[in-house]
Amino acid sequence: MVDLAAFTSMGADGIDAAMLIGAVLLEAAILYVGYGAVEEAFGQRVVERLRGE
Amino acid sequence: MEILGLSLAMVVLFVGFGLLIGVLFGFFGMGGSFLVTPALLVMGYPTRVAVGSGLAFVFGTSVIATLKHRDMGQVDYKLGVLMIAGTTAGIEAGKEIVLHLETLGLAGSIISVTYVVLLGGIGAFVTYEALRGGDGGEGINDVDADDIPDIAKKIQSYRIPPMISLRGGVSVSLWMILGVAFVTGLLSGFLGVGGGFIRMPALFYLIGVPVPIAVGTDLFEIVFSGGLGSFLYALDGGVDLSIVLPLLAGSAFGARVGSAATSIVDEDEIKVYFGLMLLGGALAVAVREIGNVYGIDALNTVSLVLILGSALLVSGAVVYSSITALREERQSSSPA
Repeated sequence: MVDLAAFTSMGADGIDAAMLIGAVLLEAAILYVGYGAVEEAFGQRVVERLRGE
Repeated sequence: MEILGLSLAMVVLFVGFGLLIGVLFGFFGMGGSFLVTPALLVMGYPTRVAVGSGLAFVFGTSVIATLKHRDMGQVDYKLGVLMIAGTTAGIEAGKEIVLHLETLGLAGSIISVTYVVLLGGIGAFVTYEALRGGDGGEGINDVDADDIPDIAKKIQSYRIPPMISLRGGVSVSLWMILGVAFVTGLLSGFLGVGGGFIRMPALFYLIGVPVPIAVGTDLFEIVFSGGLGSFLYALDGGVDLSIVLPLLAGSAFGARVGSAATSIVDEDEIKVYFGLMLLGGALAVAVREIGNVYGIDALNTVSLVLILGSALLVSGAVVYSSITALREERQSSSPA
């Protein structure tokens, strides 16, 4: 599955592709931290609400 | 109003769709490319963009879901790395079989039939086992001897050194782990799919890893396979960020909900939902193939509706079961 030819022929396209995947990774990290903060702030309240407390 | 070159309605649609997939992905460790790629194809995106963007989305979602499972101690990194090694070799072998079948002109039909049989077979088996299992599976990170499937006990009984200790107090021969990883990779490469629906049950039924750890470890592996796959597609311009970013915004939230639900919902219920999801998928693929063989385009849409419908039903059931479990927990803990 690993296409070694694609790696060896990497030029500017390779850098663009890496930046694209980097952007996805960056968004994932930001969302993880951001939603984590939201969960920290409101999570317990939402769980209590769902429990019917 | 346009965001990332998409209308607001499309952005909302992608965020909502991402939310749905995120719940399933966080809960089962599968379902990304299985759902996203056919949906994008039906929406008219070129195959390269549908597959590449689907993979990039799976990569982003698996990063988030893995981090969440790590927080809950549900990722076995040692097992994950061993699985990556065995799976990579298996995928390569699977790809060679496909190339050979292509020269014989048999690849398409054999792969489709195998996919339906495998998806349906695993779905039926998992559902049957879960329904038969009663109320077992109370432990999350520790596995009870009674909960280990017979096949896993047999595999664990082969004490060929070196033995590897896994989370949940499981000890398995390195060669057995590599063997299971190779076979799951072989099927994954042969069918051209991510393989979460094969690997997650394989980790539980063949190696004996508790279900939540099987899900977390499977997701850890998808980070690498999804990352590499999307990078290779990005080299050919197959990744469209205007699709990936809104999908990811929704799925990041859904993955948190799905991952958290694995600690709340009973293990047997997880297996029932997983089995039903696979059965729905098998039916959808069968309908699509019949449509392709007889040239009935409408069956492609029926197939997509079946996939999305089962995804919506199962993710709804996961959320509903979690809320019910929370309420039952409260009732049982409150004084009489």
